[in-house]
Amino acid sequence: MLRVENLTCARGGVPVLAKVSFAVDPGQALILRGPNGVGKTTLLRTLAGLQPAIAGNVSYPEDEGAYASHADGIKTALSVTENLKFWADVHGADLPDDILDTFDLADLRDRMGGTLSAGQKRRLGLARLGVIGRKVLFLDEPTVSLDAFSVKLFADWLQNTHLAAGGVAVIATHIDLGLAAPELDLTPFKAAEDARGGSDEAFL
Amino acid sequence: MIALLLRDLRLAVRAGGGFGLGLAFFLIVVVLVPFGVGPETAVLSRIAPGILWVASLLAALLSLDRIFALDYEDGSLALLATSPLPLEGAAMIKALAHWITTGLPLTLAAPALGFLLSLAPEAYAYLLISLLIGTPALSMIGTFGAALTVGLRRGGLLLSLLVLPLYVPTLIFGAEAVRRGADGLDPNGALMLMAGITAGSFALLPFATAAVLRINLR
Amino acid sequence: MSMWEYANPKLFMGWTRPVLPWSFALAAVCLVVGLIWGFFFTPDDFRQGSTVKIIYLHVPAALMAINAWIMMLVASLIWVVRRHHVSALAARAAAPVGIIFTLIALFTGGVWGQPMWGTYWAWDPRLTSFLILFLFYLGYIALWEAIEDPDTAADLTSVLCMVGSVFAILSRYAVLFWNQGLHQGASLSLDKEENVADVFWFPLLVCIAGFVLLFIALVLMRTRTEIRARRIRALEARARRA
Repeated sequence: MLRVENLTCARGGVPVLAKVSFAVDPGQALILRGPNGVGKTTLLRTLAGLQPAIAGNVSYPEDEGAYASHADGIKTALSVTENLKFWADVHGADLPDDILDTFDLADLRDRMGGTLSAGQKRRLGLARLGVIGRKVLFLDEPTVSLDAFSVKLFADWLQNTHLAAGGVAVIATHIDLGLAAPELDLTPFKAAEDARGGSDEAFL
Repeated sequence: MIALLLRDLRLAVRAGGGFGLGLAFFLIVVVLVPFGVGPETAVLSRIAPGILWVASLLAALLSLDRIFALDYEDGSLALLATSPLPLEGAAMIKALAHWITTGLPLTLAAPALGFLLSLAPEAYAYLLISLLIGTPALSMIGTFGAALTVGLRRGGLLLSLLVLPLYVPTLIFGAEAVRRGADGLDPNGALMLMAGITAGSFALLPFATAAVLRINLR
Repeated sequence: MSMWEYANPKLFMGWTRPVLPWSFALAAVCLVVGLIWGFFFTPDDFRQGSTVKIIYLHVPAALMAINAWIMMLVASLIWVVRRHHVSALAARAAAPVGIIFTLIALFTGGVWGQPMWGTYWAWDPRLTSFLILFLFYLGYIALWEAIEDPDTAADLTSVLCMVGSVFAILSRYAVLFWNQGLHQGASLSLDKEENVADVFWFPLLVCIAGFVLLFIALVLMRTRTEIRARRIRALEARARRA
């Protein structure tokens, strides 16, 4: 469902990863590993189409990609339900009945986004993924500030709802989500010092 | 698109400031002018069209930097860019939301402030019409400027520097229409030209705004 | 070889190196000849007296102030369409030159206007248009300076230049609508009947050629500086990664 071929991507005009290739089948997840600064976020943003790739191909069904990072677009002046409803409306989807229970947000449904704790906010941000109905998820550190219980909630949703329905996820994370998913270490793909395609290249 | 408009309006109402601040600023500028130029009714009535237009332009400018800044900081903008909503449409909706929260209240408040400046009685209708036609252009041009400076930390001042020259034609036609109305001349030419600017802005600037947003999100 | 190859930074540095001193020298010759001819070997105007001679600075500066913006617009379009770095850097290099020409035109205009109209400044359409042009230059330069990433800055300033051009033209017509003005009509046009008299016209042409050459020389020099700065940046970035 998701196929990446010889992808080279850059941060600030400098190539960071070169010739990344992998494929993820429906119902599968892929965990990205690698030390800080190796380019996990850059890769995910490139896959999601937020920044152009220098070279290579990314293919997945059109209008099926979704990106989530630590900045999860929660409005402090909107309630939990309103936040979710907004993203459902933007994506032309209906709010699933059980979504609040799945992410343990039922008790918080009328709380304002600004009064949530960091972990609660994160759960709300992840619940957005269950609302928008997209099949290919690009998740950048989805479990930051979540406690063990919430990590389990999220992993369960990912495994039993998203992947079980034929979805795909590429996840950059440092912790063990407890998913039976292959891991891809990005260190070998680190772009060489003189890798081609940087925005300054024409000047060298 | 409607969802985005409703969300922005709801946020503006809940976070306060949106309506109130621009209006209060408008009022203060208009009140300060007589202190600066003296209380003679004849002078005030002569400069009233210009003052009202310049003041509403500055009041509209005041809230521009918030059009995209919050959405950029909390990540909503990146999420919107990957959503099925075209960014061009989002840009237009953002401008519309800005107009509803600033341009429209300013337009409605302007006649009351025109009273303070002894605006000629014939000019009220044209003041209302010219602001009604012209302030949407101010919002759309301002949205473009806000998109240009969204990634910058101290973008506010730069935003004014970029947007003010772009406001010149709208201001000229707007104030001219009111002035001609006050002098009993035909203001339709100015109104038509201003309507043209507004229509042109809404037709073309959403594309420029979306292009600029994509560049800033990279 | 396509003409675009000359836009490769390395090739550009190569062919501009010999061109640069020549363009400076030619500009100097034209300016010296044109200004001396204009100032000392033309008669005083029967109405304007010797103040008319400021035309040799005023008209070329005003002409180049507008042409510099048009050149920036073309360079921006080339950057957006073909992504030649030199093009974006040339647009950046031209802006400060253009703003100085605008200031020269405004200043000499004021000096000329005082004895003629009795005022240094009037809200005449032409004068006002140049003031607005000055603001456009200011915003354009400020945006370049504000953005750190050079490619992002090139992209954003290009869009601003294009949108700004449309609004600059709109402003021009709006200003005409707003005030009919004092300024005389165009000093130059292809229609000979409307031109200034030949005695003023030929030295003026030499001065204009001098200003064009000066503009080319300054922009080439500044573009070379920008290219070197980018090169240093690229080398530093590479050194950091090593």
